[in-house]
Amino acid sequence: MSKQPKPPKPDELAKSIEYKTPETQWMETPVKFKPGMWCYGSRPKYLEEVGMPNPREWSPADDDWKLPENWKEIVLDGMKDRLGKYRTFKLFMDICVRCGACADKCHFYIGSGDPKNMPVLRAELMRSVYRKYFTTGGKLFGKTAGARELTEDVIKEWWYYYYQCTECRRCSVFCPYGIDTAEITIMGRELTNLLGLQTDWIGGPVANCYHKGNHLGLEPHTIQSNIEMMCDDIEEITGIRIEPTFNRKGAEILFVTPSGDLFGLPGIYTCMGYLMLFHELGLDYTWSTYASEGGNFGFFTSNEMAKRLHYKIYAEAKRLGVKWILGGECGHMWRLVHQYLNTWWGPPDFLEVPKSPITGTVFENAKSTKMVHVTEFTADLIKHGKIKLDPSRNDHLKITFHDSCNTSRGMGIFEEPRYIIKHVARHFYEMPENTIREKTFCCGSGSGLNAGENMELRMRGGFPRANAVRYVHEKYGVNMLANICAIDRAALPTLMQYWVPEVDVCGVHELVGNALVMTGEKKRTMDLRLEPLPGMEDEEEEE
Amino acid sequence: MGIREQLKENREKILSRWFESILKTYPAETVRFLKKTKDQFHNPVGQTIKEGIEGILFELTGEGEIEKITPFLDRIIRIRAIQDFTPSEAVAFIFQLKGIIREEIDLDRIGSEELLGLDKKIDELALKTFDIYMGCREKLYELKATELRNWTYKLLERANLLKEFEENFKSK
Amino acid sequence: MGALLSFGAVVVLLLIPAIGAGALKLHSLFGVVIPYLAVIVFLVGLINRVIGWGKVPVPFKIPTTCGQQKSLPWIKHSRLESPATGGEVFLRMVLEVLFFRSLFRNLRTEKAPGDRVVYGSSKWLWVAGLAFHYSFLIVFLRHLRFFKQPTPKIIGIIESFDGFLQIGSPHLLVTGLVLFGAVFYLFLRRIFVPQVRYISLPADYFPLFLIMAIAGTGMLMRYFLRVDIIKVKELTMGLATFHPKVPEGISVIFYIHLFLVSTLFAYFPFSKMVHLGGVFLSPTRNLANNTRMVHHPNPWNYPVKVHTYEEYEEEFRDKMIAAGIPVEKQPEPREEEQPTEESEGKE
Repeated sequence: MSKQPKPPKPDELAKSIEYKTPETQWMETPVKFKPGMWCYGSRPKYLEEVGMPNPREWSPADDDWKLPENWKEIVLDGMKDRLGKYRTFKLFMDICVRCGACADKCHFYIGSGDPKNMPVLRAELMRSVYRKYFTTGGKLFGKTAGARELTEDVIKEWWYYYYQCTECRRCSVFCPYGIDTAEITIMGRELTNLLGLQTDWIGGPVANCYHKGNHLGLEPHTIQSNIEMMCDDIEEITGIRIEPTFNRKGAEILFVTPSGDLFGLPGIYTCMGYLMLFHELGLDYTWSTYASEGGNFGFFTSNEMAKRLHYKIYAEAKRLGVKWILGGECGHMWRLVHQYLNTWWGPPDFLEVPKSPITGTVFENAKSTKMVHVTEFTADLIKHGKIKLDPSRNDHLKITFHDSCNTSRGMGIFEEPRYIIKHVARHFYEMPENTIREKTFCCGSGSGLNAGENMELRMRGGFPRANAVRYVHEKYGVNMLANICAIDRAALPTLMQYWVPEVDVCGVHELVGNALVMTGEKKRTMDLRLEPLPGMEDEEEEE
Repeated sequence: MGIREQLKENREKILSRWFESILKTYPAETVRFLKKTKDQFHNPVGQTIKEGIEGILFELTGEGEIEKITPFLDRIIRIRAIQDFTPSEAVAFIFQLKGIIREEIDLDRIGSEELLGLDKKIDELALKTFDIYMGCREKLYELKATELRNWTYKLLERANLLKEFEENFKSK
Repeated sequence: MGALLSFGAVVVLLLIPAIGAGALKLHSLFGVVIPYLAVIVFLVGLINRVIGWGKVPVPFKIPTTCGQQKSLPWIKHSRLESPATGGEVFLRMVLEVLFFRSLFRNLRTEKAPGDRVVYGSSKWLWVAGLAFHYSFLIVFLRHLRFFKQPTPKIIGIIESFDGFLQIGSPHLLVTGLVLFGAVFYLFLRRIFVPQVRYISLPADYFPLFLIMAIAGTGMLMRYFLRVDIIKVKELTMGLATFHPKVPEGISVIFYIHLFLVSTLFAYFPFSKMVHLGGVFLSPTRNLANNTRMVHHPNPWNYPVKVHTYEEYEEEFRDKMIAAGIPVEKQPEPREEEQPTEESEGKE
């Protein structure tokens, strides 16, 4: 029996396929562009439309990226400029001790195992250049001091890895000095954008948003008719016709939401939830076709571009003469509204301190920015018993809540959405503690990475999140992943389809819309997705 | 002692060698993290692979029903299908089991039919892994298309393009 | 590689005073000039560094929020994790600086399959970090006895606590050992955790070796080679009172120790050790999460090009009017042309 030919030993097999990364120091390991990991380069027209440098046809897969002649000077000048403008950038270049506490906190590292996805190393990609050109030690001792030349390969490496970071700030929670890789990624993207290295997926929405007011480039009449179509569906479900207004002067409140809620699935259901709620309250509010985007892909480009795009919100509020602004469910939009908008374009003294016309609650926490998060608004309504809810209409759903990175670690809104969910539904289960709230795992597609061509990257980055969802799915039968972020609503369904296909995705206000008992409504047999409510499967046909 | 008993007896050793050999396919700096971090939420890749191979071996030493093994295979391949691996690299781990088993059990104490039987089983699994791997890759392509459809749902619906879009996609 | 290089550097640093003070008897240079220079470099360098950071503006208020924001009055606000006032920020910083709170977050018991509780190695990083920093602080404070005559009471108290084991004569001081042990652990961690080894630079190993050498020579002096403590204090008091003098007969081990400490001082502002000063300035930690309550100005906020409503309406006016959306300006009546106009429009 022992004479039988043996198959190769497992180790031999492994060697023959040459698995391991070469054990060289990271500085000597040049970046390899792997398929499914990067986004296409921006078409020149997108850059031209907003006046960004070096518009041209280019592909990251090419050897020649067609950089401007003096690219090195541009980058180094750009670094110098920003080192003098952002304390975070300067400080975070200097004080890291490379303790490694952040190393395994990044969802991309956890999902890919690529050591350059460790936050500390992502930052070292930049620090090594900083040392070479901006510190005495680096100038004198070079590599011994952890410094390296800025070369085209370094630029490529930057580009590859700064577009493998979702600016989610999870690493910053664990860093003893609060070093926030998002700040470094933001700088990395600003600098590469000086050379025209924009991605198509970000460049397109930026150009659209600048010009037409929203990322998809919906023109005013299209926005209106999209919302009217949602109203048709609402009428079919409730028997109530809603007539929202657009660009109406003299309304009390301007409502701004990410445009993803206006056209995409399942975002539109969330939008239907807003429409129904505001109608039921008789809220004096208006939509704007000009300020028709709460999100801001400019933030994934440069601070300046973000500021340019977010100009419209206050400008439109002023033009329409509203008293305050209500903002829909969105992640990075709220990071910006909460931490940037007021600094860019405020203080908006032409507005009043937001006060709920229904409950009389004054939103002291928004007294300067004058913009209230819709879950703050709705939680306040529920607390004061101002809306009638029938949570049993969500009984077919076993819900868990995904904290979005931006609203968690760049705002701190944890309780409001949970409070709402617990009142509009009866089956709510938290994911494991390490994976929610300030420790929440990213969807893997934030900060402009939700393109199609980098699907492998997204599936890797989202795996830690999906893994926790699968856990509650298996343990409690969870079948709905609620969230308050438009990118989540766009990206998580795809993530779920791959990892946990039994789980669907919704916004919190879709659940509100389902549970909301409206004055004069007909007997509800369908949820907002036009699917039969639990126990109503037969009634539909009677209609 | 039959092959099943031997597999059971040497279970720990086989598993740990198999796990090691799979981990070797990841960057050297990461192996320790994947191996040592026991929290299934902090280290989903390592833990999923570990539980997966445990499940596969357990079923192999039992009835060896492919249907019962498939979910374990699926979990491992689903991860490897989106990591930096070529198709052959992604599925090679199942073949490695043959060599490891041969080295860990006493070949003189089992009949050759038994070993052939096991090899056949593993070959069946290997075929299954190809199916699963291809399924995962196809899923990725499908997701790209459906995502695009979902994002522009209302626009397409309005323009009555939805049907057309779906038909186009199916025909691809 | 980085470790070897750093080790070599520290060996060289050991040899310099051994030769200079030992063989060449340059006692004034090693006992007075170099220590003074080192302290000057340390002070000027550190102050420069902190001022350098301080001069860079903080354009945006971007605290990392690790807990519930202050919002509606009935929602429990997490004061420490999402501070809304200066006082709350202060408390957050105290926890951060004195207890390494963020690092502590790594401390988590993990549940392995089968509900076995295991501990991640990260716990040890926090413990070793605390042990290292606090023992270093106490060792530093203890040394003040060499610069004050008579020795302040408080230092005596610290020492008596430090020597609570009452082993040997002079009493063994625990912190010296803890310091050495903690630094050694941090070193081992860098060598044996592959991820950490991968990110480590010579600049990470060098301070570890240097501090090990300082602690080592210090303990050697105290317990084994017994330097003449009276003469040492004569020298250090001379330094402290700016009347430097160099007594004869201090053993070379003291000069080695002193030189290494001088190196540490001089190197400090240019190394990663400046995190001592930097941690206080970190915008993700030292700012309040109250941006919607209080306007935060950006000193370099410059005007940018925007797309105004007027431009927008100009482009879409016809479509807006057709859809019944209010406009600011009615279109000028057009002559002719009407039939050829646009084929898109509304369905």
